[in-house]
Amino acid sequence: MPVRFEVNGKNVEVEVEPRLTLADCLRHNLRLTGTHVGCEHGVCGACTVIVDGAAVRACLMLAVQAENTKVVTVEGLSRDDGLTPLQASFRKHHALQCGFCTPGMITTAHALLSEEPDADAERVREVLSGNLCRCTGYVSIVEAVLDARAAYRKREGTAP
Amino acid sequence: MKLPNFEYAAPSSLAEAVALLASGGGEAKPIAGGQSLVPMLAFRLAAPTLLVDLRRIPDLDRISVTAGGVRLGAMVRWRDITDDPRLTTAHPLLKSAVAHVAHYQVRNRGTVGGSLAHADPAAELPAIALTCEADIAAAGPSGTRGIAAADFFLGALTTALAPDEIIIEVRLPPWPPARRWGFEEFARRRGDFAMAGAALFYDEDASGKATNAHVGVLGVGDRPLRLAEVEAVLNGHVIDETTIARAQKAASASVEPADDIHASAAYRRALVGTMVERALGSACTRARASHAGPV
Amino acid sequence: MRPTNLLVGSAVERLEDLRFLRGRGQYVDDLARDGVLHAAILRSSIAHGRIRSIEIAAARALAGVHAVITAADMGKSVPIIPMRLQPLPEFHPFEQPVIADGKVRYVGEPIAVVLADSAAIAEDALALIEPDIEPLPAVANRRAAAKDDSILFEDKGTNLALTFRATRGDAAAAFGDAAYTRRETFRVQRHFALPMEPRGLLADWDAARGRLTVCGASKVPFFNRRILAKQIGLPEDAIEMVENDVGGGFGARGEFYPEDFLIPFAARHVGRPVKWTEDRREQLMAMNHAREAECDIEIACARDGRILGLRGHAFADMGAYMRTNGAVGARNIAQFMSGPYRIPNIDIDVSLLMTNKTPVGTYRGPGRFETDFFRERLLDMAAQDLGLDRVEFRRRNLVSAGEMPYPIATIAPFENRDELDSGDYQMTLERCLEEIDWGRKSRLQGREIDGRYHGLAVGCFIEGGAAGPKEGARLVLEPDGSLSVYVGSSAVGQGLETAFAQIAADAMEIPIDRIRGVFHGSTSYVSDGYGSYHSRAVVMGGSAILLAASALRDAIRSRAAHRLGCDPAAVEIVEGSKAVGPGGSSLPLVGIADEGISAEGSFLNKKHTYTYGAHAAHVAVDPKTGHVQLIDYVVVEDCGRIINPMMLRGQVIGSVVQGLGGAFMEDLAYDDQGQLLAGSLADYLIPTASDFPMIRAVVMEVHPSPINPLGAKGAGEGGIIAVGGVIANAVANALSSFSVQPRELPLTPSRVWHLLHDARRAEAAE
Repeated sequence: MPVRFEVNGKNVEVEVEPRLTLADCLRHNLRLTGTHVGCEHGVCGACTVIVDGAAVRACLMLAVQAENTKVVTVEGLSRDDGLTPLQASFRKHHALQCGFCTPGMITTAHALLSEEPDADAERVREVLSGNLCRCTGYVSIVEAVLDARAAYRKREGTAP
Repeated sequence: MKLPNFEYAAPSSLAEAVALLASGGGEAKPIAGGQSLVPMLAFRLAAPTLLVDLRRIPDLDRISVTAGGVRLGAMVRWRDITDDPRLTTAHPLLKSAVAHVAHYQVRNRGTVGGSLAHADPAAELPAIALTCEADIAAAGPSGTRGIAAADFFLGALTTALAPDEIIIEVRLPPWPPARRWGFEEFARRRGDFAMAGAALFYDEDASGKATNAHVGVLGVGDRPLRLAEVEAVLNGHVIDETTIARAQKAASASVEPADDIHASAAYRRALVGTMVERALGSACTRARASHAGPV
Repeated sequence: MRPTNLLVGSAVERLEDLRFLRGRGQYVDDLARDGVLHAAILRSSIAHGRIRSIEIAAARALAGVHAVITAADMGKSVPIIPMRLQPLPEFHPFEQPVIADGKVRYVGEPIAVVLADSAAIAEDALALIEPDIEPLPAVANRRAAAKDDSILFEDKGTNLALTFRATRGDAAAAFGDAAYTRRETFRVQRHFALPMEPRGLLADWDAARGRLTVCGASKVPFFNRRILAKQIGLPEDAIEMVENDVGGGFGARGEFYPEDFLIPFAARHVGRPVKWTEDRREQLMAMNHAREAECDIEIACARDGRILGLRGHAFADMGAYMRTNGAVGARNIAQFMSGPYRIPNIDIDVSLLMTNKTPVGTYRGPGRFETDFFRERLLDMAAQDLGLDRVEFRRRNLVSAGEMPYPIATIAPFENRDELDSGDYQMTLERCLEEIDWGRKSRLQGREIDGRYHGLAVGCFIEGGAAGPKEGARLVLEPDGSLSVYVGSSAVGQGLETAFAQIAADAMEIPIDRIRGVFHGSTSYVSDGYGSYHSRAVVMGGSAILLAASALRDAIRSRAAHRLGCDPAAVEIVEGSKAVGPGGSSLPLVGIADEGISAEGSFLNKKHTYTYGAHAAHVAVDPKTGHVQLIDYVVVEDCGRIINPMMLRGQVIGSVVQGLGGAFMEDLAYDDQGQLLAGSLADYLIPTASDFPMIRAVVMEVHPSPINPLGAKGAGEGGIIAVGGVIANAVANALSSFSVQPRELPLTPSRVWHLLHDARRAEAAE
């Protein structure tokens, strides 16, 4: 069946089986492979995207359920000419190693800081506890998100 | 873990949704947030022929707070409950329990109706519904009916809903401002299903003794349980250290949990006693704090 | 190198991050191919049985299915996967066929491969395949295996694959005389690497040119190419293994698995590209398991606390087949049980027992995590018995700098003599005690504060790295003056591109932005590569780069000399950008040769490096829930020579958190029918961001390695090795007033509660 929605500011229309997840639709139909699939049962968070402003697990959403929504993926939170303040903070704090969980961390952190730019360490850890990482041990990721708060408070380089 | 094949419909009215479910011959299922259903499909533990998406049906996502109590529409999400400032006083036990549900992303999609229909034995909302004597409204081909929470949860992942019924609302009785309450759960990690949890409340009579005690537990049976034996220990007594110790023992003695890879039965039994103990402890602490405030 | 390094030793931000942060990494599942078919693998749901038949007709008939492959399609014999490390002839009968051949021996063993238009259809087809398997009694654990009632490999007649033995001095005599001995049994549970990216392969068969390309290679692509070539009947140079971005390895990814034959075979079989992506449920039963080991060991000491000997028996549960590197962990248990301590008399054997469970391979610090737990528990127990302070007991017995190189136990068979190369073990212990504030915190030991019992522990470790035999690198000065770096090492997420860019840029005296790229792993990049395992990449690949740089500078001087008309010896390369001859004539390096200049380097090595250090932990145990809160955790490690301290600290902390997962929560539990009970990430629990917020790592460069030009030591695994022992000792310390002695991991809340509950009941009974 056809489904129409907006991805990273662009309108798209795709023809999908109802059983296709939003994660697989983004990755394979729309070739936006930045969103990663790590478990397909809603635990690891690697597939996190933002739908109508809220961070969600794309592996638990059917593509057809995205009808008329606005979806933002890690690609939509990136620039061609450099890194956003959030990404630069991750790089500065060495908050990634293999990079597989990273898109999910970025989208989740962006969603959190967009709503709660004053989130404290406890809150950041609570929110990120839904995103698994096997490489970093999380310490540097939490540091990176906290350090990015300044940009979100000033709303500099933090759209959409 | 790709999903099995199914047909899909997103009706724009409740009547249409009920009709679609009825047409499925017992093989159709409603889908709301999908946070519990989609993993089941991914593991191919369920293979419905038709999914009926409730997202376009209007008026299922309201939270209403009146003198008659709190009503949560079936499509109310966890984050809607957390974000609603009225519930802090209108139903603090509900709010406290919901703070423990899952993770950030799940809370943006998971719904009240979905949780009740899924009936995981370690889930928070079924325990709240049971403890608070909630009423669950379900719409089916022959109309809407109310199902008391005590009659709703029949076993692990099993409820009294007919295959062609959809939960539309859960109604919690009114909550007196002076009520004492506590919620405690212990999970392996934050956001995991609890290994045991306790949701309880009681009122106080003029002499400071507990009355109307309601004690519910989760994670120690195939469904949430109300522990009458614990309620009997509390009713008519002041909630002090002695009573709490007796309540803890009574709680442990009145459950028959199973062994599994996360915990032994003996451990769960002891743990539920500790959860009751700590929930009562927090009820008292809150009571002392409110007494200490300005008159 | 420059007289002072500009890049090596500094916290350069990573080059890889620019693509990973923007979702522009290219992992194997991100690749697309026209005409690709998707593979799904039918895996045995029975732990042990004889295959009578496999009914594939219904699956084959499903719309969208193109083929269903079984052992019957593989010609006269099903290829066997040979061992890569310690390939002893005794192991050969236990090696794994690429697909179940006559028997199934573990839940998860591949039985058939379905090729279909989509992964979903392929999975639909799996349900339609009917394997008829006559069940046999499952060998569920090492005790059942040793009984040999039910045998996995009938013609072998036993489930005991081999016994390694580590010896030093004369243990029998030492124990005969000893004033004090203590004997204990310990157990570490089965757990594994669980990298975040599941495995995947994309194979392309070009029939016209007879060339096979396999994407998704990792860790040891050259070795795997060699195996595949033999199995599939192609010359090695007709196969290209391509390494894409890799989402973590930790020892488990990249070894030759059944799928590494099945997918390329399938591509050739149907003449179309074939893609396979492992799902998480599959990974839990199909990727190498690790760590499951028990021991019955004894320590002997003199009254003054000198350790005289260590002896006993260990038992490694190998799973159903000997995998490419399956013997490593078991062997290490025996050979490295002494760790950094002076133990003059050793006699430890380790039996490798086959069971009907997923086969076992290496996982970060293989065998070392287990054996460290065994030993450190025994040390704390002995110190307590002898009335000695646990720290002082360790100080007395650590190998001193003056004793290096210090030979450790010799392991047989596969004779291996090893020695601790250099280091000051006392120094890292003292620093660790300082960092955790041991002096002040000692007062908390065993005390109950706010309802929780506090405990402390410290443990010392060594980490072996830099396995030989060699590694290759190639540097190319491009016509535009940029430098391309090609290396045989594999990147698995450890920041290799950045580390190697730092090394190469310093060696050629250029700024890092003149590095065009670091190309790693794929077989087309160097003529002979070895890969990333045993913490060898920086030492081996880095040293190879240094040698290649030296060769490149010679080649540049030669070319410049030719054009300047002078002797190469008279040419100097100045500021990495020009070649200057006698009399001041000079040539810019940009365009010095139309097609660029390239040079290779190969670094050979026979000795291991040893980073070393200490871990300390402060815990608080809730006796009612069994929850252990980790209040503080410190690692101090001397890593020889640090290329990028920010990356190194990241490795250490990530490693510690994996260790904490093993100490507290990860468990690949099986029932007595060989059924894996951990079927999803809701059962197999790993640490999350809220579990262990307080982890600190202090990394130092005090004792460079004497055996490579960088002075570096392999350092990816030290953070995990000591965690089990330190945590268990801290919990024992916290609950010491109840005489609780943890002897088994993981220390789940349920287990901790039971230890306490049983200890209290025992006390009440007295």
